[in-house]
Parts: sequence; C-alpha cells; structure tokens
Amino acid sequence: MNTATRSVFDGGFQDPPKDAARAFRAAMRAMARPGDLNTLTGATPPAPLSQAAAILLLTLCDPDTGVYLAGPCDCEAVRGWLRFHTGAPFVGPAQADFAVGAWDDLLPIDRFRIGTPEYPDRSTTLIVEMPLLDAQGAVLRGPGIKDRATLSLPDVRAMQDNSVLYPLGLDFFLTCADRVAALPRSTQITEV
Amino acid sequence: MSAYNFAYLDEQTKRMIRRAILKGLAIPGYQVPFASREMPMPYGWGTGGVQVSAATLTPEDTLKVIDQGADDTTNAVSLRKFFERTAGVPTTEETTKATVIQTRHRIPEVELGEDQILVYQVPIPEPLRFLEPRETETRKMHSLEEYGLMHVKLYEDISQHGAIATSYAYPVKVAGRYVMDPSPIPKFDNPKMEMAAIQLFGAGREQRIYAVPPYTQVVSLDFDDYPFEPTKADHPCDLCGAEDSYLDEVIMDDAGTRMFVCSDADYCRSRRDTGHTVTAIGGTV
Repeated sequence: MNTATRSVFDGGFQDPPKDAARAFRAAMRAMARPGDLNTLTGATPPAPLSQAAAILLLTLCDPDTGVYLAGPCDCEAVRGWLRFHTGAPFVGPAQADFAVGAWDDLLPIDRFRIGTPEYPDRSTTLIVEMPLLDAQGAVLRGPGIKDRATLSLPDVRAMQDNSVLYPLGLDFFLTCADRVAALPRSTQITEV
Repeated sequence: MSAYNFAYLDEQTKRMIRRAILKGLAIPGYQVPFASREMPMPYGWGTGGVQVSAATLTPEDTLKVIDQGADDTTNAVSLRKFFERTAGVPTTEETTKATVIQTRHRIPEVELGEDQILVYQVPIPEPLRFLEPRETETRKMHSLEEYGLMHVKLYEDISQHGAIATSYAYPVKVAGRYVMDPSPIPKFDNPKMEMAAIQLFGAGREQRIYAVPPYTQVVSLDFDDYPFEPTKADHPCDLCGAEDSYLDEVIMDDAGTRMFVCSDADYCRSRRDTGHTVTAIGGTV
C-alpha cells in the first residue's frame, strides 16, 4: 500500500470476526506451546509495526485494554491506526495491559505490572518486535513443551529473571514480520 | 446464521475471553476471572464451556460435543445445534475428526492429538470451595500455595472409608504449583490430562476460565501409603467388550438386572464397527 495515500482506515481485518478467530488460534497455539512459531497474516499496519504484532493488537485490544507504545512504535501513524481499529487507550508502562516495541525500547521491563499474588493474571503482555526470530537459541522447558524447544530470545538473563517470579511475571509474544512465538512466565530457560 | 455474529458472541466479549484464555495458559491451573455473559441456555448447561468454545472456534474447525461421554444426549445435541446455527461450523461425533471438543464430565478414550482442543464445562472451578466457602480466603490459600486442607480432606476419606473415596472431580496439582479442579470427570480420566491437546476450562456461573497447556505435569493428589488409583467398574463393556474404557451402569429392569456399557459412545461404536462384539448382549444380575 502506498504510504502517501493510505489512511488510518486502511489495513485492518477484512472480515473481523473470522480473521480475529483465526488470529487468536495462532496466538493461542503460540502461548500454549512456547517456542512454537506461528504465522499471522491478514492486516497491513503502518510502519514500524510488524504484521504479527499488529494482528495481535487487533485481536486482543479494545477500549478495555491499555496499550503502551515503546520507542519508534509511538508515532502518529501507529497511534491513529490503533485508535481507529481497536479503540484502545494509550497509557504509560505501569498501567499497560499490552506493550509493544523493540526490546531495547521496552527496557527496563520492571516498569510493567507482574500481577499480584492473588491475581497473577493482572500482568502486562509484552509484544517484542524482533529483528529476526527463529527456532534456535535458548533452550525452553516447561508446560506446553514436550521435551525441549529452542527459540531466539532478545535477552536470556532478563527472561530467566522473569520466570523466577512465577506464578507472577510478564508474558511475552515475540514477533518478526508475520511470525509469532510466545514465552509465558511458566517456561524455564537455559542458555546453550 | 447471518442474524448472528460469527459464533454468537460479540467481538468485544470474545476479546475479553481470549485474553483470559491466554493468561490461563501462561499460568497453568490458575483460575482467571472473566466477565461471563448471559447465554441463551441456563447456568449448569455449559455456559462457561460455550463461551470458551465460541471465543476459540474458527470457521475451519469441526466441533464435537459430549455430555458424560455421549454425543446424543440433550445437552450435547443442543450445544452442537447452537454452534451449527451461530458459527456455521461442521460438527461430528467422531473424536478423531473433531478439532474442538466441548465436554461435560469426560475425557474421550481415544488419545487426543496436538491439533485438538478440549473445552471442559465446569460447575464449581474452585477445588477448595467445599472446604472454605469464602472466595477471599481460597484466593489467599492459592497465593500462598497453602493446600494442607485438601490433604486433610483426602485423609478424612481414608479414616472414614479406608481408602480415598473421592471418585470424581479428584483434585490435581498442575505444573507443580496450582491445585485445580479437573471438573467432575471420573478420576479414571485424571491420568489422561497429561495430553498433547490444549485443555481449556470454562465456568460460566462462577465466572472463571483456566487452562492446561499440552504436555503439562498434572498430578493427582495422594499419599505415599495411599497412592492415587484411577478406578472403573470391574467389568468389560457389554456391547463392545472393551476392558479399558470407563463404563456406565445401566439398570435394565426392576429386578436388579444391569448392564455395563462404555460411557464414551463414539469409542464403543467405532469398536463395534470394527468387529468387536459381545456374543450374548444381556444384563448381569
């Protein structure tokens, strides 16, 4: 799509109920099987949002969820697009239900909510835009993984620290172009 | 069909349920509160499972609904029709052909695969509820991993009956952290919960969703000297002869005649279709 002629109205789901259902299936498969790479297609977001990150936001965000845009993601093109397609309010990191951006822009991650002992679900889901994402790198074990899985992570140490907080902690979607993998707090990570 | 949004629920409700499902998968066994909606069926008829299924179904899915293992009981037939009309998805009675299986109180006998999703209907999601009625207290007990009371309950079973008499809704510990109610499945089904499929649990009236990802450790609580035992009626199926399936006891007359048949109707039928029969079908006195 030509950037000069595109408006905030362009690039959303063609058939929202069905497109969102298919997208959620991919997101759920990713979260249920940490390290498993899934594909998300069907939307054309404004730069610098990746297709996968944008579809996660379209599928999961609405006026009930605060979204934090980190770094270059926090631009008028992205704000306008998300405002029209999701209606989600933009908030600071401490209030965010979802945060999206490159890893360095999301740091420090202790700004985000990790839930409370009674309600560990009240934590932020981070959507981390990755320069590359493949099934190589740190070794993952835990719920959803048959024996072991491998995944390229932005920062092994930070994610190990996060999993130590279990059952509190952050949950991650890692996105790159149209691909997504997830790393919930329940996963144990070892560096190779 | 066109009078409804895909899969009945409005999109904002589905997003809210989907967010709860993702958090549930990230914290296996933890009960995520959700804003359960009024559904066009009464509480107790699977409103939680229906909402989870509605938020999970895609147009490409094939749905199976079972009630105590059977595809042809009122609850199963109604829910299957509901999704045929509101989601337009094909339905099946064959476990192996289904991608989403909504179940009331059974796990199918056939091992489920990675591409399948099992949705449980849950009446009381809180395993500690009959031991501690206050939600504020049970929530604190879960947060402190304080499950001594549950072991006291199992111990009292032993002191009264000589064995753990709990036979359904048998408590399990998921991924070494949360004690979870597996819904009122017979304890025979508990060992099957470490499976390749995604397991989602929906409690409509109680407004809770929880989940068990594939290959997650699910341990039935027990004692070293009274280990967990999955039990079933000590009898083969009187229709297909299966010795490994969970059985229903059917009363045949008023003289005490009864027969045992597979509770999983599809399992029993598929066995009979492939030549497994019992020579004389009849009851046992």
